[in-house]
Amino acid sequence: MECVFGLVGNGFAIVVADTSAVHSILVHKSNEDKIMVLDSHKLIAASGEPGDRVHFTEYIQKNVALYQFRNGIPLTTAAAANFTRGELATALRKNPYSVNILMAGYDKEIGPSLYYIDYIATLHKVDKGAFGYGSYFSLSMMDRHFHSGMSLEEAIDLVDKCIIEIRSRLVVAPPNFVIKIVDKDGAREYAWRESIKDASVVSA
Amino acid sequence: MSRRYDSRTTIFSPEGRLYQVEYAMEAIGNAGSAIGILSKDGVVLVGEKKVTSKLLQTSTSTEKMYKIDDHVACAVAGIMSDANILINTARVQAQRYTYAYQEPMPVEQLVQSLCDTKQGYTQFGGLRPFGVSFLFAGWDKNFGFQLYMSDPSGNYGGWKAAAIGANNQAAQSILKQDYKEDITREEAVQLALKVLSKTMDSTSLTSDKLELAEIFLTPSGNVKYQVCSSDSLNKLLVKFGVTQPAPEA
Repeated sequence: MECVFGLVGNGFAIVVADTSAVHSILVHKSNEDKIMVLDSHKLIAASGEPGDRVHFTEYIQKNVALYQFRNGIPLTTAAAANFTRGELATALRKNPYSVNILMAGYDKEIGPSLYYIDYIATLHKVDKGAFGYGSYFSLSMMDRHFHSGMSLEEAIDLVDKCIIEIRSRLVVAPPNFVIKIVDKDGAREYAWRESIKDASVVSA
Repeated sequence: MSRRYDSRTTIFSPEGRLYQVEYAMEAIGNAGSAIGILSKDGVVLVGEKKVTSKLLQTSTSTEKMYKIDDHVACAVAGIMSDANILINTARVQAQRYTYAYQEPMPVEQLVQSLCDTKQGYTQFGGLRPFGVSFLFAGWDKNFGFQLYMSDPSGNYGGWKAAAIGANNQAAQSILKQDYKEDITREEAVQLALKVLSKTMDSTSLTSDKLELAEIFLTPSGNVKYQVCSSDSLNKLLVKFGVTQPAPEA
């Protein structure tokens, strides 16, 4: 029931992921961050098998860092996306990774971009994308309200609409979401949308 | 002399030298020279052809210049058969990069990876080093036009103007005097031809003894590698006044 979605706006790209770590019927935690900062101007939102998710995204992150150390220049978002897809493709017919990825990035000459990479190494450059059961709701919502060059306010409004839709219509909907943004100033966390805070204090 | 340290490629001499690498550079010093010049709007490569028999089928192949990828080319000096192996290696590395990243390989990375291959032959395997020096010319979006020179040791450097092969020291010193920072591609061609005419051993300069290639951007923004035809080369030689025999010293 993992929900990941994202879209490209005017000079930025946004990705949203649910923050539930689930094993069978048990929710381990509701504040698991599934959006990794790949480098200063790239984000990977990943969903899928938890072990694979962390292992694969860290592998990509370290390789992207290694490239920058070796060559003094960062990879473009397109190059990083193609590299990621290549790793999934190579492993696919041996020991595949069960990870779906939305990669968002900002490049100086190109602007913001979003790449849809699924677990069988499909790669698409998209304006909006989503994975999981939540995609049935968020994609429909985005199809209705998205237009290219949305402002940040409009985009966050659309994100909230999608979250509301997922919460109200998906059985076993995840309660909490994290929103991260990447623009010319870099990749960073934007906000959380929590409907259940991890109960650490129970009022007596 | 320390001849006993010559035959093993991968050990140091007592003076701390790698004789095989130095002997490889000797071999290159006897080969046809090549000159590269970096200009604002392109890179110029000029090579001296040593094999100039009338019987040679020259229409299809080049002797000194090779295209590695759409945005990188090189001039060679040294043992041609060694050069062919390395050129193929460079081509494969460039395509492998594009396969992984769907982008052209940055020029310095290509040079670096080829030089890593060359370095291997000076450290392990027991095989002799390659007897080739390269001048790599290319364009990428990170650093624009670039010129790199590499030698059998696996060292490389970025240059504004460089010469390899026979008389390269004489050519390099003329380049040092006459190169200016904002040189245009046409001026670079002129300078390269002039330097070659002064350092070549042969008495007169004709188009069949030379190869000229340029890397530049077309108006639509694509990188173009163009080898000069022998007719245009002849016209250039006449235009720049370098066809007359070298003056008796």
